[in-house]
Amino acid sequence: MNVAHKDISKTGAGTVLDVEALRGDFPILARRIRGKPLVYLDNGATAQKPRVVLETLDNYYRNYNANIHRGVHTLSGEATAAYEGARDRIRKFINARANAEVVFVRGTTEAINLVATCMGWGGVQRGDEIIISAMEHHSNIVPWQLLCERSGAVLRVIPINEAGELIMEEYARLLSDRTRLVAVTHISNALGTVNPVKQIIEMAHARGALALIDGAQAVPHTAVDVQTLDCDFYAFSGHKLFGPTGIGVLYGRQAVLEKFPPYQGGGDMIKMVSFEKTIYNDLPYRFEAGTPDIAGVIGLGAAVDYVTAVGLDRIAAHERDLLEYATDAARGISGLRIIGTAKEKAGILSFVLEGIHPHDIGTILDHDGVAIRTGHHCAMPVMEFYKVQATARASLAFYNNRADIDALIKAIAHARQVFH
Amino acid sequence: MHELKDLYQEVIVDHNRSPRNFGKLAGANRVLEGYNPLCGDRLTLYLNVKDNKIENITFDGSGCAISVASASLMTETIKGKSTGEAEGIFHSFHDMVTTDSGEPDFDKMGKLVAIAGVRDYPTRVKCATLCWHTLHSIIQGERASVSTE
Ligand SMILES: Cc1ncc(COP(=O)(O)O)c(C=O)c1O
Repeated sequence: MNVAHKDISKTGAGTVLDVEALRGDFPILARRIRGKPLVYLDNGATAQKPRVVLETLDNYYRNYNANIHRGVHTLSGEATAAYEGARDRIRKFINARANAEVVFVRGTTEAINLVATCMGWGGVQRGDEIIISAMEHHSNIVPWQLLCERSGAVLRVIPINEAGELIMEEYARLLSDRTRLVAVTHISNALGTVNPVKQIIEMAHARGALALIDGAQAVPHTAVDVQTLDCDFYAFSGHKLFGPTGIGVLYGRQAVLEKFPPYQGGGDMIKMVSFEKTIYNDLPYRFEAGTPDIAGVIGLGAAVDYVTAVGLDRIAAHERDLLEYATDAARGISGLRIIGTAKEKAGILSFVLEGIHPHDIGTILDHDGVAIRTGHHCAMPVMEFYKVQATARASLAFYNNRADIDALIKAIAHARQVFH
Repeated sequence: MHELKDLYQEVIVDHNRSPRNFGKLAGANRVLEGYNPLCGDRLTLYLNVKDNKIENITFDGSGCAISVASASLMTETIKGKSTGEAEGIFHSFHDMVTTDSGEPDFDKMGKLVAIAGVRDYPTRVKCATLCWHTLHSIIQGERASVSTE
């Protein structure tokens, strides 16, 4: 019943990725944009999908589409097995202890909202404190603001320095016995900063607070082990991990999730319903009310298999090399200012050009086939900090190569020319 | 295939680099900020309106080349016009940048035709229309206040 699992392109032995072969796994990379080959450098927004993911989705809908957990017929059995099989592989991917800790949600945004909502119902009170950081995506800001509004809790923000790194001494100062939860991003989508999350989690725990890590930008670039990190929650989106849109994961420590009240009510999240009393289902089903994105989960399972086979260590090494190459080249462009110069960075080159607005850069680059993101990257406080309205951002995936970076640099030169 | 130079015409590059009527207007009796949350462009219009005539208009703020050049050209075009005439130009301008039929009409639109290229870039149309929508709101607001008197 499973898709004839095609081997990913032979990447060869050793530690170096055969990027050219891997590119062949991504049909969209053959596209031309305005007559030019596509240079896709907007992976931070969403990543492209390898053929095996597309085929897995297609195969599910063609051959064993059925609802899960509720049919005795063959198709339902197959769909349930594929869905739960994917959960098991995703659990291994982040090294969670049990499948009970892997909750499927729509994406990072919903994962964080789930935690914030349940914490609100679960007793966050006036005077309690939630700590986030100055480099968070709006999805790791607004749910906490809502929680604070409803509960009277107070939001505290860890400041950043000019390089775009968290000021850890300030974090230590913000922590107190009132801190209920610390929520920070693993890798910043606007700056590329890799945060010292293990230390952040340890410090939170030392004060009796929970720790949530926004892993949206981390899982495509670095191996994540939730047991080593010892976080209470880890959130990520499938679509940035070469999987489908509409599916994501909330890892939650079992002991913590068990104390949470249900998030949404409906089918699948219950064991028994009567008008007098409803008995909720076990984890993780208690948090998966209704028919889930079955195809999305199965597709994400295929994406995780694919990334694992490519090898996150090799991916990290390749991207480190590529980011260094891009950073060196960008530094050579006069009038270009890199936004985010942390010592530990991954995958992201954010910049502004003197005299040219990021949106104009984006349009001109698109003309040359180069897709980047321009704007505030859903991190308006970061823009505010650097006193810019917007930045241009190139974000990498393992299928990017030096030719992509050369095209980017050439297109930036073109933009300079247009605005001479 | 749309040529990039159709969008970034010399006129636009020039008006972006040295926007006309740029800065606050002393004695303005109508001020409104236009904001495009999608891209963060912020423009403030300052008008001096007397007897339905736009005696003076300036703008400040920051945004992409298209939005700055569009605002610059707009101020040049409507200075001295009646609010009714300005509304008419707003509608013609809107049509010009949102329909893709035919050559823009230079006789009717004058130097505003330089902006017509954005219609081939749907994601950028809002940049060009931000200042015009702001102007439209000011004029509508004025009408509203007139009607309540
Ligand atoms: C750091 C970070 N957090 C959260 C999100 C939100 O992810 P999603 O929109 O998939 O829920 C993103 C995506 O842009 C992100 O980069």
